[in-house]
Amino acid sequence: MQHNYWIYLFIMFAVTYLVRVLPLVVFRKKITNRFVRSFLAYIPYAVLAAMTFPAVFFAVDCVPAAAAGVLAAVIIAFKGGSLFTVAASASAVVYVMLLIL
Amino acid sequence: MSLQAFKKGLRDGIAIAIGYFSVSFSFGITAVASGIDWWQAVLISLTNITSSGQFAGIGIIAASGPYVEMIITELVINMRYALMSISLSQKLDPTFKRWQQLILGHMNTDEIFAVAMSRNKTVTPIYMTGLALLPYIGWTGGTFAGAICGNILPTMISNALGIMIYGMFLAIIIPAMKKEHPVLVVAVVAIVLSCIIHFVPAFSFITDGFSIIICAVAASVVGALLYPVSEEEEDAEHAA
Repeated sequence: MQHNYWIYLFIMFAVTYLVRVLPLVVFRKKITNRFVRSFLAYIPYAVLAAMTFPAVFFAVDCVPAAAAGVLAAVIIAFKGGSLFTVAASASAVVYVMLLIL
Repeated sequence: MSLQAFKKGLRDGIAIAIGYFSVSFSFGITAVASGIDWWQAVLISLTNITSSGQFAGIGIIAASGPYVEMIITELVINMRYALMSISLSQKLDPTFKRWQQLILGHMNTDEIFAVAMSRNKTVTPIYMTGLALLPYIGWTGGTFAGAICGNILPTMISNALGIMIYGMFLAIIIPAMKKEHPVLVVAVVAIVLSCIIHFVPAFSFITDGFSIIICAVAASVVGALLYPVSEEEEDAEHAA
């Protein structure tokens, strides 16, 4: 490696840190604009939905197994399962499917 | 009271921590495979706490890429955090002090953000500390284990663990989609856009980090235009 590890490390840290912390420190006041408030209220769900699909189907080497895991997660989440229950069931279903397939 | 909030945070963080362990385990393996020492991989996880940015970063380190490339890549991949931090800033409890923001703000990962935002209460520093603690340990510990033990974990198990993070995401969005029609619409728009960007070859130049930003912004704008949130609704939510 001709470049310095420590400089790489510093760049990675500094950029990630600033992107995360600056907005938090800058936007200290409550935003009053109704459109912006609504926009920010929907952001978490939109981010999660976009991050999950279609990526979740490729999180496992075998797409049908991943699909079965998604189905299990959706059903249990729909019935009001906790974070851990839903995540663990999806994981268990994927494991069983990988054993079968 | 505050001990209770701390414990609640710890509990909420367990699933994230387990998911993180498996993801960072594979990060540790990849890092060592690309010629980085185990302690260098651990230091990256300790200071960055993000998956995609770190995977991209070690790619650049391994290829000995220019520093400018590292800056731009990290900026693009992590830009979504700016959006999330603005969103989180509106949910922080007034007791949050500046120095606490400077430390805990860095713990605002995708998953911690999601869990913090899904609560119907404001986020206090003590809750945030509890919530971030186990995932932080899981993330760093997983990197260490992956870098040291390499491929000891059978593929089937690491595969099964890999879906945990997404299971958690679903556990957060599905109940909200069921309960509130606007969230259903916003989520469906985001999913459709995300699939289009992923599968249509013309959009293959869009990186994953950018794709998330585009989809989330577009879907949230649609939601804000069609279903503006009223102050009363929000207050009712906070009182619950």
